[in-house]
Amino acid sequence: MSQPNRLSVGGRIDRSKPIEFSFNKRSYEGYAGDTLASALLANGVNLVGRSFKYSRPRGIMGHGAEEANALMQLGQGAVTVPNPKATQVELYSGMVATSTNGWPSVEFDLMAWLGKLGGPFMPPGFYYKTFMFPQAWWLRYEKFIRKAAGFGHISQQPDPDIYDKLNHYCDVMVIGAGPAGISAALEAGRNGKRVILADEQCELGGSLLASQQNINGASASDWLGTAVTELASMANVVLLSRTTVFGYYDHNFLAALEQRTDHLGPTAVKGTRQRLHRIRAKAVVLATGAIERPLVFGNNDLPGVMLAQSVSAYINRYAVVPGERALIMTSNDSGYQAALDIQSAGRTVVAVVDCRYHAEGRLAQMARAAGIEVITGHGVIEACGSHSVTGAVIAPLDQAGDQITGAQRSVSCDLIAMAGGWSPVVHLSCHTGSRPVWDEQLIGFVPGPNVQQQYCAGAVVGHYTLAHALSGGAAVGAEAAGAKVPEIHFDCGDETEAQAQALFLIPHSKSVSRAPKQFVDFQNDVTAAGIELAIREGYESIEHIKRYTAMGFGTDQGKTANVNGVAIAAKALHQSIQATGTTIFRPAYTPVTFGALAGRDVGSLFDPARYTATHQWHVAQGAKFENVGQWKRPWYFPKAGETMQQTLNRECLAVRNSVGIMDASTLGKIDIQGTDAREFLNRIYTNDWSNLKPGKCRYGLMLKEDGMVFDDGVTTCLSENHFLMTTTTGGAAEVLAWLELWQQTEWPELEVYFTSVTDHWVTYSLVGPNSRKVLEQLCNDVDLSAEAFKFMDYKAGTVAGIPARICRISFTGELSFEVNVPANQGHFVWQQIIAAGEAYDITPYGTESMHILRAEKGYIIVGQDTDGSLTPQDCGMDWIVSKTKAFSFIGQRSLHRSDTARSDRKQLVGLKPKDPAAIIPEGSQIVMDPNQQIPMDMVGHVTSSYWSVCLDHGIAMGTVKAGFSRMGETVYCPLVDGRTLAAEICSPVFYDPNGERHHD
Amino acid sequence: MERYSGFSLFKHAFSHHENWQKAWHSPAPKPSYDVVIVGGGGHGLATAYYLAKQHGITRVAVLEKGYLGGGNTGRNTTIVRSNYLWDEAARLYDHSLSLWQGLSQELNYNVMFSQRGVLNVGHNLQDMRDIERRVNANRLNGIDAEVLDTKAVKELVPIINDSPNIRYPVHGASWQASGGVARHDAVAWGYARAANSLGVDLIQQCEVTGIRRQAGAVVGVETNLGFIAAAKVACVVAGSSGVMAAHADIRLPLESYPLQALVSEPIKPVLDTVVMSNAVHAYVSQSDKGDLVIGAGIDTYNGYGQRGSFQIIEHTVSAICELFPVFSRVRMNRSWGGVVDISPDACPIISKTMIKGLYFNCGWGTGGFKATPGSGHVFAHTIAKDQAHPIAAPFNLDRFNTGHLIDEHGAAAVAH
Repeated sequence: MSQPNRLSVGGRIDRSKPIEFSFNKRSYEGYAGDTLASALLANGVNLVGRSFKYSRPRGIMGHGAEEANALMQLGQGAVTVPNPKATQVELYSGMVATSTNGWPSVEFDLMAWLGKLGGPFMPPGFYYKTFMFPQAWWLRYEKFIRKAAGFGHISQQPDPDIYDKLNHYCDVMVIGAGPAGISAALEAGRNGKRVILADEQCELGGSLLASQQNINGASASDWLGTAVTELASMANVVLLSRTTVFGYYDHNFLAALEQRTDHLGPTAVKGTRQRLHRIRAKAVVLATGAIERPLVFGNNDLPGVMLAQSVSAYINRYAVVPGERALIMTSNDSGYQAALDIQSAGRTVVAVVDCRYHAEGRLAQMARAAGIEVITGHGVIEACGSHSVTGAVIAPLDQAGDQITGAQRSVSCDLIAMAGGWSPVVHLSCHTGSRPVWDEQLIGFVPGPNVQQQYCAGAVVGHYTLAHALSGGAAVGAEAAGAKVPEIHFDCGDETEAQAQALFLIPHSKSVSRAPKQFVDFQNDVTAAGIELAIREGYESIEHIKRYTAMGFGTDQGKTANVNGVAIAAKALHQSIQATGTTIFRPAYTPVTFGALAGRDVGSLFDPARYTATHQWHVAQGAKFENVGQWKRPWYFPKAGETMQQTLNRECLAVRNSVGIMDASTLGKIDIQGTDAREFLNRIYTNDWSNLKPGKCRYGLMLKEDGMVFDDGVTTCLSENHFLMTTTTGGAAEVLAWLELWQQTEWPELEVYFTSVTDHWVTYSLVGPNSRKVLEQLCNDVDLSAEAFKFMDYKAGTVAGIPARICRISFTGELSFEVNVPANQGHFVWQQIIAAGEAYDITPYGTESMHILRAEKGYIIVGQDTDGSLTPQDCGMDWIVSKTKAFSFIGQRSLHRSDTARSDRKQLVGLKPKDPAAIIPEGSQIVMDPNQQIPMDMVGHVTSSYWSVCLDHGIAMGTVKAGFSRMGETVYCPLVDGRTLAAEICSPVFYDPNGERHHD
Repeated sequence: MERYSGFSLFKHAFSHHENWQKAWHSPAPKPSYDVVIVGGGGHGLATAYYLAKQHGITRVAVLEKGYLGGGNTGRNTTIVRSNYLWDEAARLYDHSLSLWQGLSQELNYNVMFSQRGVLNVGHNLQDMRDIERRVNANRLNGIDAEVLDTKAVKELVPIINDSPNIRYPVHGASWQASGGVARHDAVAWGYARAANSLGVDLIQQCEVTGIRRQAGAVVGVETNLGFIAAAKVACVVAGSSGVMAAHADIRLPLESYPLQALVSEPIKPVLDTVVMSNAVHAYVSQSDKGDLVIGAGIDTYNGYGQRGSFQIIEHTVSAICELFPVFSRVRMNRSWGGVVDISPDACPIISKTMIKGLYFNCGWGTGGFKATPGSGHVFAHTIAKDQAHPIAAPFNLDRFNTGHLIDEHGAAAVAH
């Protein structure tokens, strides 16, 4: 397998390690050290994709993150990755890559005909102007539009890889390991600071990796080797290669993606594929370099038109010359470097076309001396070829580069290297909110004012010579470390450069709108004509231009497109580039794998489930579980052959007739201590806590500021300044945050402390007429008799020998004891209770029976019967609202607002189905007139509804407008299946209305 | 105004698109207007359009401190639906949905309103109770809505993770087939072009720095381009509402928060509908370009910066990967932020104020885009008649005094 474009010597590839790979189902060979792009170019493959809108053939134009065209489908099956740029993919053995577009093949693409024929009718924004008639057809049109959507595809199989995250802190974060970054890291490191140096490439070095210059007498490569060795030897320096800092956030927080195994194969054999680094830095050094700009001319998107710097990089770093006969188009001296490199590689330089009238910089002189033809005052106005470059048309330009001044002529070539000047990589700086500033001298945007502790060095601030990058890097490295700037001299033999020309769009003999397409944004097929059209149509803000034409919206975020686009827009608007401004660069600098952003927070760790201490017992009993908040709660305990309703009936009857047990450990528990604990409760709850004695429990209701019920639960007074609050299972965290919010922001003078103890205690409700008899067997140090242990009493003692907090509270209306023991002993105590209860056929029950039992008593479940729009009065609980509290309580004022105080609000009532066998579906809406046409007047809805085996009919709770004054009236629930169920408004207390049972 | 059509495109192709007219003009402000609308987002532009179209009030200026549609109009995830729980909200959003349906034709600008359906997924028993309740309410309000079980959800979205053993299993969903997405920028531009053609002045780069009043009534606004007189000033400035109200010495019950969104790289179509899950904070659809468009929950601090915290992005993407494990190898292309103004009941304020001639339309929180046409329509009526449109009436400012709240965020399954 030949590599026709591979040089026999040079480069940083390893010729002793050939690597086989396939592209579009053909096999090729490259070498270790190649990227997919360099390997393809080595093999003479340059048609790698089709453009998004017009399906034009596209080749590799760059050599790094700036690449706009060469998007790949990498790998197959579960591990396939859509859209990586071939220039950023390190070659590995057995790599399978394909183009993302082109049918039947990328060489012969039928869509291209549509692009060619339809192109004239598809200017920017054409879809806003058509596909409107008939109205109903948009979805049909869209179906076809979506057929052309997207680049790569995803696998339908789960991702076999894992991803993780690492948090770092450092003194100096250096981003970019080119000459400036390395120099900065060296200085900061030598000053003993904790330094992280990150670079997106596989090797540290940046432009040094392809540099032919010397540094203080050593080759760039040797200097780099020494510097990296020194950095690696410092314990205070962390070196991260293959790590792209993609986002720069407030307070010097940075996010970086490390590709740990992507260079080894499509999936990680062991360990993590990628790692997200979350870094907080005291100081940040941006040494992010600069990207060469393309020039905008006709058909500049043909395969074979490349960035000049990229051509040099392929030659010097990868030993690949991507053409036989090269034409250079430049507006500055750096294009000559590519010419010299191509010639040194033994290929032909047809000419260097320089738009400047005078090209007298050192590199230009060297090129001339090497016998390279230099054509000044000219421009390449058009590239020629159908699937790749076969030639170019050049023409003389006026001094300003605005128009053609003479006859054009054609030259033959297969490579056009374009050098349109440099665009500093200001992206990360923009993430912080700083807007870049146009520098007329540099002809580029540089970072705007720093908004946090940030320094810049090297090409990102226009320090383009190697010596300047090195010295500037050393200076900011020291500065960022708070050290004195060292006196280091770098002698790199940098050639003095002549002033570049600000040329962006090379004029054509035809007007922009009629010339061959002059591409600005290659990936999104945005042309100079498109930008001018947008402006013609009034889309004058650069943001409008971006959004109308899609310029900069691609996966390259316009790294090569934006400055040219801004300049072309500025010219069309007759205003300065600074006034035109840029769009806002956003994270991510380069795309970031979703899996890496998610890290380990997926699957069972997405939101870790919480299990009670007795969970395994429930599982063993065959319990069905319900997710409540983060908890797994037993929902019901079916026995073999039972329907769910049969289970519920059995569980409810056991509670009402003998004894049941429920694991209520998931209820939120907040330990509240302090001399002002009582006062705090007074302010948080609606009722009065002034007189609650130690050893007593009380039910409380808390409201939001708007007077609406927010949470409820029983709070126990353990001692004078010590309370234990219980909350709903799902509301526990929110309640704790609520308490802290009020204490910390409004009442810091109150001495009160909150501690979540939900996980520390288990809570078992022993419920039913035989509950006392069961507990008595296990508890010999507490008098459990009705006289000694009254309803709403709390006593400390032991249960099964374990220290316990026992309360007599009831959520079912039955005699019940709530046993709290430390969670570690929970399972043991549960088993003891079950054993003790055997004689009474003790029956474990779950949340569903608990819901039924409490609904029979009309007790609310916050979040089910309430929805943030009901006051205590709406719930029929005015009795719990104190009218006499000295200080007030949260929500009190709102209860007196005119609407909140209305007597005809939606009120929580009981509903008894007219058909006793009916269970009205929860969530049914309630109307008074079942025959009304839609839209119907809804007066409320059913919040809870069950079959009550104890009462032998369906029961429900619901809200009804003015429900309290409508007792006995009939309401209707029109169901989705067409039935309408009637129900009678009644008291929500269906069972034991006088509350005699729980006082036993 | 030249009509847009396939034919006009065809015709202009022959002159290389050199003769298209401006979609709108950018004039200098006149000294005075009948109505000044502060804020050139979708809602403000729609308001201007309906003022001119429905009420014949054409001496109208829209003042925009940046560029048209550059605020939340151009930053949202473009979801349109009307399956709101409470009657007042349902009427407002459904009014909007009905206007969406003919909007491209009415504006002669394709806003690409694509009724590909919206799923609100439920993950536990209470979610499903809330979904049942909301769907029943929608149905009896004449809004199309259905409860789907897991199997039906899977049929609509084959790539969704329907395993019962995941942390947040898909128990079912509500389905509004008439919901969908629209091209957000096009909505602003379409309204701008149509309003401009009716005589409305669109003035960009014009920042209002004061609201001038005399004897308790508005007389105009101070701007960086000088004083502009107007008997009526209507503020539609979303996250900046509190700042604007302060110019008139009013405090609004609003808090501004950053809200972020993100897109993936474009991939071949795999998701035809909008999928929303409140429980895990994941809202996703796929655009016609192929991007997965993903909305996050708000950052929990107040602020006016149009960017947010990274951990919100991390959490959102975790949630997306939880619902759609096949997205794990997709890559995030770009994330960004906007500033949303959230009211205590998570419902908008469309209201007159205690100052004569001063109107506010704000408090849309995280869900204003879908309401753009309806919001503009009822607000224009409110301004023109100096009396609330019946649909807007419940959304008055006074409800925070009376307590007559429309508590949409209390209805837990409804996203905002």
